Amino acid sequence: MDPTPTGTPRTGTITRPCVGVSGSGRPRLARHVRLTFCRTRQRQILQLPETVVVLNGSGAAILELCDGRHTVAEIVAELGARYRTVPDDEVRQFLTRLVARRWVELSDG
Amino acid sequence: MDSPFGLLAELTYRCPLACPYCSNPLNLAGYQDELTTDEWRRVLVEAGELGVLQCHLSGGEPLLRRDLVELVADAHDLGLYTNLITSALGLSRPRAEQLRAAGLDHVQISIQSDDPTVSDRIAGTPSFQRKIEAMGVVKELGWPLTMNVVLHRLNIDRVADVLELAEEVGADRVELANTQYYGWAWRNRDALLPSRAQLEAAEVVVRAARERLRDRMDVIYVLPDYYSRYPKPCMGGWASRQLTVTPNGDVLPCPAAQSLPLPRASVREDSLERIWAESPVMTAFRGTDWMPEPCRSCPRRELDFGGCRCQAFLLTGDAARTDPVCHLSPDHDLVARAVEAANADSRADDLPLVPRPHRVRRPARHPGGADRPAPGGERAG
Repeated sequence: MDPTPTGTPRTGTITRPCVGVSGSGRPRLARHVRLTFCRTRQRQILQLPETVVVLNGSGAAILELCDGRHTVAEIVAELGARYRTVPDDEVRQFLTRLVARRWVELSDG
Repeated sequence: MDSPFGLLAELTYRCPLACPYCSNPLNLAGYQDELTTDEWRRVLVEAGELGVLQCHLSGGEPLLRRDLVELVADAHDLGLYTNLITSALGLSRPRAEQLRAAGLDHVQISIQSDDPTVSDRIAGTPSFQRKIEAMGVVKELGWPLTMNVVLHRLNIDRVADVLELAEEVGADRVELANTQYYGWAWRNRDALLPSRAQLEAAEVVVRAARERLRDRMDVIYVLPDYYSRYPKPCMGGWASRQLTVTPNGDVLPCPAAQSLPLPRASVREDSLERIWAESPVMTAFRGTDWMPEPCRSCPRRELDFGGCRCQAFLLTGDAARTDPVCHLSPDHDLVARAVEAANADSRADDLPLVPRPHRVRRPARHPGGADRPAPGGERAG
């Protein structure tokens, strides 16, 4: 095999400019991304090529709503209702980061 | 002790290619008694129970296993994210469709260069055209495609063209991995190690490409650690996040660790859970207690974990020393001398390369039976 086992040092993370997500967009997980529950860790997990992201409660709640039906505005409202301490901006910023990494796709309207 | 996130399943070390930078062990013949389908199934189940979330199917060439589709289906049913790391030889359209239906999540295809002649020469067999065709099939079937390219002295000057090819084939990710010196790459190190000027030129190209392609393609660049000031955080720490199972069932923290003088642990003799928790091969360098100076008192000890144990062993003969790549290592001159030789005006232009053997023959006796190579060759698909 190629000597590129996972866990080798990567400089793959680059900062992308933040293009805000519009409230009417409907986010959905990209095809190569899976949201799953890990019984061993008792946490929601995002599975990607060569990466695993262990999600916190609000992160998991946002991604569960990324089903291509809910709009960004609806997700923001839902999170606001569920977690009083999560400001709207944070939900949008979280989604913006995931869209920039192409883990979440956004369809308009 | 945490649960591992990833399993690197090295299904076979048989391979149609003969790349001189291969990370497989030098004693390939020692791994011919491959795990059967049922043994791999048990490994996958135990890995899932242990908390593994990702299954990287690799080799050698994993497509040479006739049971690959079954194993992918099993891993998928267990909720593992499945990733095929392949030369693409044997990835015919029907085989690809079967793998897609079995739930394979992601495909990584290697090329040896963007130039067909150079690629075939490095691979030791005509393969470039088939790889490009297979990339087309991967995209057509809707998989995310990663193009893997191992960079070294003989191809790093072409990195701009490699990136252009990645764009042409529609890769979603391209992994440009500077050679890491284990296995056959260690044997061929002096021929493969690029010069500082080559690396600097490549890094300018990679930085510009990242900027230009950032909305379309992830460009991953694995650093050339011989030229780094500090060592890599190898595997995120010894036996911390990943484990490897070799074709014959040995369990290791990483694919290179077979070179270390540690007692074997095998899935044929023990459960994955017990091996992960208790076997000396896992506990030997877990955490920071094993560390010598200068690591022990170093503020970076939790950042790079002392670097790579296998590299320390290959360079110094002692796996418990600081990775000599680190400029603070008392053995750093071992790396500095190799780098100096790679940059010397007097260096010969074409040092000899030892290709890894093309095909490791499978012995006649095989417990799986059904997985026997077809008469007249071992190319799958």
